[in-house]
Amino acid sequence: MEVRVVNVRKEFERFPALHDVSLDIRSGELIALLGPSGSGKTTLLRLIAGLERPTKGAIFFGDEDASQKSIQERNVGFVFQHYALFRHMTVADNIGFGLKVRHGAARPSAQEIRRRALELLDLVQLSGLEKRYPAQLSGGQRQRVALARAMAIEPKVLLLDEPFGALDAQVRRELRRWLREIHDRTGHTTVFVTHDQEEALELADRVVVMSQGRIEQVGTADDIYDTPNSPFVYSFIGESSSLPVKVENGEIWIADRPIGLQAPHAPSGEAVLHFRPHDVELLDGCSGCIAGTVAASRRVAGTRRVELEIGGQRQRVEIELPVDHPAAQKSRVAFRPRRWKLFPAA
Amino acid sequence: MTTAPAKAGWRFRQPSVIPGFGLTLGFSLAYLTLIILIPLSGLVWRSAALGWADFWAIAIDRRTLNALRISFGTAFLAAVVNVVFGTVVAWVLVRYRFPGRRIADAMVDLPFALPTAVAGIALTTLYAPNGWIGQLLMPLGIKVAYTPLGIVVALVFIGLPFVVRTVQPIMEEIDKEVEEAAATLGASRFQIITRVLFPGLAPAIITGFSLAFARGVGEYGSVIFIAGNLPFKSEIAPLLIVIRLEEYNYEAATAIAAIMLALSFLMLLVVNLVQTWSRKRYG
Repeated sequence: MEVRVVNVRKEFERFPALHDVSLDIRSGELIALLGPSGSGKTTLLRLIAGLERPTKGAIFFGDEDASQKSIQERNVGFVFQHYALFRHMTVADNIGFGLKVRHGAARPSAQEIRRRALELLDLVQLSGLEKRYPAQLSGGQRQRVALARAMAIEPKVLLLDEPFGALDAQVRRELRRWLREIHDRTGHTTVFVTHDQEEALELADRVVVMSQGRIEQVGTADDIYDTPNSPFVYSFIGESSSLPVKVENGEIWIADRPIGLQAPHAPSGEAVLHFRPHDVELLDGCSGCIAGTVAASRRVAGTRRVELEIGGQRQRVEIELPVDHPAAQKSRVAFRPRRWKLFPAA
Repeated sequence: MTTAPAKAGWRFRQPSVIPGFGLTLGFSLAYLTLIILIPLSGLVWRSAALGWADFWAIAIDRRTLNALRISFGTAFLAAVVNVVFGTVVAWVLVRYRFPGRRIADAMVDLPFALPTAVAGIALTTLYAPNGWIGQLLMPLGIKVAYTPLGIVVALVFIGLPFVVRTVQPIMEEIDKEVEEAAATLGASRFQIITRVLFPGLAPAIITGFSLAFARGVGEYGSVIFIAGNLPFKSEIAPLLIVIRLEEYNYEAATAIAAIMLALSFLMLLVVNLVQTWSRKRYG
């Protein structure tokens, strides 16, 4: 089911949590809402579910205006960070709950409900645990049950609120791969919220980066990482370094020296240069480069991260060097970013 | 999760690293013995002096049987009423924010603090045939004061805080997300309450019930004012004990007391077993 969020605004007691957000989610897509806490990502998810009502705007499921419908009528599967399982019910009863509360002809027979529950339990790879109570399961198992419970009602969309947030790193990675498999097999339109960029980039078809109640960028992992469209996305996704620079006649200057980068379309004036610390070219001489004094050097896993002080303002930037690179021993290092982006100064 | 072998059966729980297990256990046992066990065994001892035949004669005496039936019957009814309305009161106090909520919350405890005789006299005044409420019920043919119904009213008054105060904290702990999850799965408000919230509260409600019931069985002060105390009709067992004591018939008094003790213990034991069972299930 295709989901369209149209100009949605949400205020909590006059405090705006979302400003005019619009988003098209394609049918069958696995999409991630990524952002720091307070960016409005969970609010957006809850609005789609119907757990909150928009102050303004509408949400469409296909051609239907879902914002006029109650939560019960929307038929969405929602998975909570802390599972929210019914602790007095067995695993099978938890999964069958959504079918059991239906009325009249819509409710399948008891055997049918049980059969469905066992089938879903098999899908989430927990066969044989149907008689257990939630308290007898591990966190990862509980989250699988929660997902099976959400899928039992054949939801139009599957919404997951930081589904792996409460689990430890190992289980998290495992479940991530598993969720991708389940999605590919069942084809539910799925939206999940996360603050873990690795999770978002690895898992989602498209990532929605949010900040302060607004959508910053929507795109595939490649789009988001390689062509960030705002300083926020640049610094939020992956490692990044930034330097204040000046643009004059299409050339980039730091203090009184050109650094050998051309920006023919940028307007002259103050700007900020962003680049990835690992995406730099080390230079020997310095005619058109960024040169700095080594202020600190740290070994981080497979690379060495060097902190440089640049220019008279002693601006600090980080670059990454191969562990055995001789430059790490020097007191001055010259480099030029291979890929970079210029944003107007704030 | 449980690493202990399944057949370990009864054994001491592994003491924690914090010292004091021996000391605190010893103290608890000594204290319980001193405060509860010695007086109660004295009671049993005294009634045992009676001999089986005499004891049995007192036990199946019609007046004794009626008093026991009235005591346990009214306490049971009052506890049932309290479970229903106490849960509603707790729900309102936990779920809604309204002006005067704190005052209402504090009022729940009043029956704890009030001398029970005062409660009894107040209720009698209200429910007597010429009292404020009594005169309204009179035309409907309902007599409250001086009947077993009056006893129930007094016990409802006395027992309310037990239910509210046991259910309230558990209700406060209910995770909002569980309700939201049920709603997204299509459950109506009514289904959420009956199928999700209520079963989660069951252990607390059972505890509240047993406390209110136990209190009702033992209640004396408030009941004797409103009951009318007609033998065979509205005479409670504790009153019968006092009557026997006033007749210097200590053996009969202790015999009735011992029977009450046994019955109460039995009922509380059953309630506790139900508790344990539900705890095990619901974790």
